[in-house]
Parts: sequence; structure tokens; C-alpha cells
Amino acid sequence: MALTRDQIAMRVAQEIQDGYYVNLGIGIPTLVANYVPKDMDVMLQSENGLLGMGEFPTEETIDPDLINAGKQTVTAVTGAAYFSSAESFAMIRGGHVDLTVLGAFEVDQEGSIASWMIPGKLVKGMGGAMDLVAGAENIIVTMTHANKHGVSKILKKCSLPLTGANCIKRVITELAFMEIKDGAFHLLERAPGVSVEEIQALTEADLVINGDIPEMKF
Amino acid sequence: MSGFNKVVTSYEEALAGFTDNMTVMVGGFGLCGIPEGLIEQVNKLGSTGLTAISNNAGVDGFGLGKWLEKRQISTMIGSYVGENELFEKLLLSGEMEVILTPQGTLAEKIRAGGAGIPAFFTATGYGTQVADGKETREIDGRNYVLEPSLTADFALVKAWKADTMGNLIFRKTAMNFNPMMATAGKITVVEVEEIVEAGELDPNYIHTPGIYVQRVIKGEFEKRIEQRTIKPSSEKA
Repeated sequence: MALTRDQIAMRVAQEIQDGYYVNLGIGIPTLVANYVPKDMDVMLQSENGLLGMGEFPTEETIDPDLINAGKQTVTAVTGAAYFSSAESFAMIRGGHVDLTVLGAFEVDQEGSIASWMIPGKLVKGMGGAMDLVAGAENIIVTMTHANKHGVSKILKKCSLPLTGANCIKRVITELAFMEIKDGAFHLLERAPGVSVEEIQALTEADLVINGDIPEMKF
Repeated sequence: MSGFNKVVTSYEEALAGFTDNMTVMVGGFGLCGIPEGLIEQVNKLGSTGLTAISNNAGVDGFGLGKWLEKRQISTMIGSYVGENELFEKLLLSGEMEVILTPQGTLAEKIRAGGAGIPAFFTATGYGTQVADGKETREIDGRNYVLEPSLTADFALVKAWKADTMGNLIFRKTAMNFNPMMATAGKITVVEVEEIVEAGELDPNYIHTPGIYVQRVIKGEFEKRIEQRTIKPSSEKA
């Protein structure tokens, strides 16, 4: 069975370590916060200037001066810090954030990612995505393996305008956990009940399959 | 001390010298931490041909959305501009030029501009269309793009508190682009929630020293919320 959005987030959360500073993008990445193991402390970085993002506020605690990068009202946890946008991207570009999780339209076997623009549709802007992929050493991309028509988004070469070139190493889809190295995707894990053949069929890129591929465990 | 008194009491005074075709920076992230009254005043002045530097372009009818309504902006430099329909129309019709800039690069361009650094190398955008036509260089095995810095004729900034000498303190995530913009304006005008006497703000906790600030005005803020997200009541303690 293909993973649900929440299961993808759960699998990503297994990559988190106690004491990590983490930046989560919009969509599935946001859900990862719900699955951080209870015995671990994680500080969420929001690129508009908050380290230590908490849950949504109540009617009583809502504050227009406290939002996340998705412009949602949030709270700050104990030990949080506020700072400017320049400081925020110093953290990001300088490689101080331990893990970045973001979505994508396409990724390719060179580690390039396209996530901000579809030609012919309205271009809203890249926001902080280009800085995030350029700065972070440890990035996990969460995305669907193929579109509704079964056309693969795991490609030899991205067709859409890039967010970053040669910067992505790990991808988790509803079907598979893959690592990009030496110009190919390497299949690390498959979703429970999904066969290697099914993954192969929806992967346009070169896919290296070494031995028995284990199922993800939850 | 009057030579250091930055306080003005009218918006006319706050924006004295503001003319058509100027470059203007406007602080804020979305609608959070925007200088609402100063934006309103530029709207009233009706200045046109503006180059606006701001992370976002407001929403329909609020923030920089008001400048769009009056066709005051000819060039918009920002990182994420898609929260209003009018913006889309002006973009598609070619009435307005838009220079999309990665958010961290935008912040650093402004920081560098205020700090007297004319350009800097960053890995952000290398290999993407952001790097088109720009100088690139390999440094220690990694590729970088040369990004020129930004300054402005006016910087319109929102802070929480100022003292009469223009020392500023920002509040929570309403800080965002405001501190860098304060350093990068030839004339920096700051709209604040509260003005106190010099000496009342602890010098240890000043975010922006008054040297960067030319004018301070006390404003009234609506603080409109774009995405009002509340914890479901079942989760309430």
C-alpha cells in the first residue's frame, strides 16, 4: 500500500535526532512536527525569524506579530528566539540547520530539484526555497512519486525550472525511500506491501536496486 | 539633544521629499510588521513609477496592495508575491516588472547595501534562472552567484518601540526585514507603536541603533492577520 501523507511524515520523523534544529516546508513537511518522538527535543526554525516554533495559538493567545513562514499564527516554545530575516538565512545558508524537509514537483538523479515554478501558470515566487536547498547539508524531499496520470516525477533530468542544482540527497515518496548518489537513485526502503517492480515502473530515473529492499517500519 | 530628536508628528513630515520614480523599501513579511500608516501616506501622495523592495506585495486592498490599486509600482522586487489577484493582472499585462529574488538573497542584498558591501557571492540560485546573466565563481570547489546589494531612497520600517533618538526595538516575528531595511535607506522612516524618551530603552536590548534612523512617527496599527490558525478547541487545556 502506498503511504498516506501522514505516513510519509512519520517516516521522515524517524530521521530526526534529539537536539536537532529543523526547518519544515509547507504541506507534508509541516506534518512531520506531529510525529517527532516524545522523548526527543527538536527546535523548529521558521525562516521569517523564529527558532522554536510551537503549536497554533488559542483565541486568547493569538498574536498578529507571531507567525510562521506560511503566514499562519503560531506560538513560541520555551527557549525560542526571534531574529531578522538576514539572521534567519545566515542560519540556513551557513549550514546551521540540522535537517530541512521540503516538497517538490520534480527531482532528478543529479540531485537537482524543481519546486517553485510551472511555466504558463502564475509565478508567485520562490520564497526561501532556493536558500534552503542551497544551504542545508541534510535535506529530505517529500513528494509523490508520479502524477495522477502515472507520469514519474523521479527523473533523469528535471523538466521544470530548478530551485537548486545538485543539492538533494534523500527523497521519500508514498512508495519509496531513496538516496541520490553517483548520478542515480538508490532504493533504500519500500512502502509496506509495495513491490520493487511497482517502484521501478513509476521511476523514470536510473534506479539502483541492491539486494533485498526492506519495507519501511512504523 | 534636539539634533538627535527624530520624532515627527505628521505623515506629511514623515514622508517629506518622497517623489515619483523613487526606490523604496518596505518592511514586513506578508502583513506582519508592515508600516501601515506610511504605506497609506505613499498611497495618498499618489507617487508613481516606484521601485518597491519588499518580501511580499500585500493583499488586495491592504498593505502594498493599495499601491497596486493606484498603479504606483513600476518595478517590484520581492521573494513571494502571489497573495492578490491585482498583482497577477498587472504582471501578466506587463504594467509592472517583477524581479523575483530568493528570500535569503533579498535579505542579504539589503543587509549588504546598508553595510557598504556592493555585492556578495552566494550558492543560492546557482544553476537556476536566478543566476541567468550574473557572474559566477567557483570557490573551494563550490559554485556561487555574484549578487549586487540593494539600497533605497526611502526605507519604510515598522518597529515596536522607538526612543526619541531613533533607537529601535522590534517585536517577535514582526522584525523580519525591518532591521536591514532600516540600515539601507538614504532616508529611513520608522513607524512605531510607542515612542519613549531617550534613556528609557535599555541600551543592551536595542535592535537597531538610532544612527540608521532619520524620522520616527507613532502610528496606529490594524495588524491584519492573513492566516488565522487556531488550535482546535478539543485540544485546549
